[in-house]
Amino acid sequence: MKRKEFIQKSIGTGIFVGLSSYAFSSTIFTENTKHVTILHTNDVHSHIDPFPNDGGRNANKGGVSRRYSLIQQIRKENPNTLLLDAGDIFQGTPYFNFYGGELEFKLMSKLGYDAATIGNHDFDNGIDGLWAQMPNAQFKLLNANYDFSNTVLDGQIKPYEVFVKDDVRIGVFGLGIELEGLVNKKMYKETQYLDPVEIATDIVKKLKTEEKCDLVICLSHLGYQYEHDKIDDLKLAQQTQDIDLIIGGHTHTFLDEPTVVKNKINQDVLVNQVGWAGIYLGRIDFYLDKNTKTVKSASLGI
Amino acid sequence: MKYFSFFLFFLLFLNCKNPTTQESLQIIKKESKRIEISNKLVLNEETEAFIQPYRERITEEMNTKLSYTPKLLSKKDGKYNTPIGNMMADAVFEMANPIYKKRTGNTIDAVILNHGGIRAEINPGDITTKTAYEIMPFENEIVVVKLQAEQIQAMFDYLAQAKRAHPISNMQLVLSEDFKILAQSIAGKPVDKDSVYHIATSDYLQNGGDHMLFLTQPEKLTVLDYKLRNLLIDYFKKHPEINPEKDQRFIER
Ligand SMILES: [Zn+2]
Repeated sequence: MKRKEFIQKSIGTGIFVGLSSYAFSSTIFTENTKHVTILHTNDVHSHIDPFPNDGGRNANKGGVSRRYSLIQQIRKENPNTLLLDAGDIFQGTPYFNFYGGELEFKLMSKLGYDAATIGNHDFDNGIDGLWAQMPNAQFKLLNANYDFSNTVLDGQIKPYEVFVKDDVRIGVFGLGIELEGLVNKKMYKETQYLDPVEIATDIVKKLKTEEKCDLVICLSHLGYQYEHDKIDDLKLAQQTQDIDLIIGGHTHTFLDEPTVVKNKINQDVLVNQVGWAGIYLGRIDFYLDKNTKTVKSASLGI
Repeated sequence: MKYFSFFLFFLLFLNCKNPTTQESLQIIKKESKRIEISNKLVLNEETEAFIQPYRERITEEMNTKLSYTPKLLSKKDGKYNTPIGNMMADAVFEMANPIYKKRTGNTIDAVILNHGGIRAEINPGDITTKTAYEIMPFENEIVVVKLQAEQIQAMFDYLAQAKRAHPISNMQLVLSEDFKILAQSIAGKPVDKDSVYHIATSDYLQNGGDHMLFLTQPEKLTVLDYKLRNLLIDYFKKHPEINPEKDQRFIER
């Protein structure tokens, strides 16, 4: 009972537990505590240059080369950093129209992106256009719920990848939005869309058992939230388990902070999205430890 | 720290269900922070140098003069038809027709686009490649649908009900003050019940965009592989000066 009260008090009310001395004192770092930093973007849409200085709402914001400076700074702070993108890398400026995504992929490689998922606009030059740019991507393109078997991308896109940072095994997998009705069929051709919840359930199980992942991250281009029953990141979080973080895209949602959602077995899932066009970089830090003393020291009673 | 929208949070991990997994790593703390990419961050010189040649070629091409307009062209310049909308629909009629004829042997009877698809104004002065990108930033392309007379009637009914300056070419529609259709014609002739019509539009509308459902079930669909933006670029190149006017094609009487 005591435990239930604690959850309601600290998590149930404002969803988040703010930076408070109580929370701080209850977290015990040991010399074995691991620290990984997750950096993320979504829907950058070929915004390589900052927005022009035209007095507009986004004037002077964004830009790949400034993003790189920031990333370098953070990597200096914590070398155990993963850099991820949730799709819609392409389309939005003439850079894409002129070079078909070449520069976007080359720059993401330069910045040291580890993985990205595929958004609907990444099919804007057709599946062949995406395939043609793959040699420029020195990062993993991940998607688990598109069946590419009858397309040029067969065997080119992995469902997930496991990264090891500070001895923490991080499983990252990708989910894409239903393309029918959103993208012209002649663009995505024989790509088959599979149910994201079913696929996520299978992949996560594999990541937790076979791959022994300590952290599971979903790169999703499903969209943050829809009123109707179309699958979105919040529903995905609720209907699955063992996903620690969903990095979303598509809806260009500017979240000030991640939304915390209770999953199927009442674990917390973070759902984050940082708008579009590279105006923001999202940063999430995870601290992990083998020691379960923390739980006990908070005297939650079991 | 005003440039940083910034917060921290902590959560204790309550894993009491599964005491056997005590040896695996548990999350003991999470923090998050949203960092704005502002001009307070320095440019990475090497990256800038890498981008520069790509940027230069785009800038050069974007600033290439294609045509000229003596006046501002805005989609707000008219209730049911506007100079910029008329120019776009007429451009499609003029530029797509020869391609369609060559491909199918038929001619385009009329054009319909959507008012919302005009994404920018054209300022008086030089029209450049950049102008075409501004008014048409999307990759929409031209398609031609073969429609029956009743689908054409549905189109006119749609236009009468939408009460917007959706760009049209080679057709006329006159509405009463209470939005009843007073006159309608294609190529100056009334709609013939037994004829079929070849209507050029964008793939976006053909797919049901703006609820133009009369375009979605054509007898035949022809994709021209011609992007609307490229069509406009070609149209501007062909006409060293444009000066479209508001006219009588879609009016209220
Ligand atoms: Zn998208």
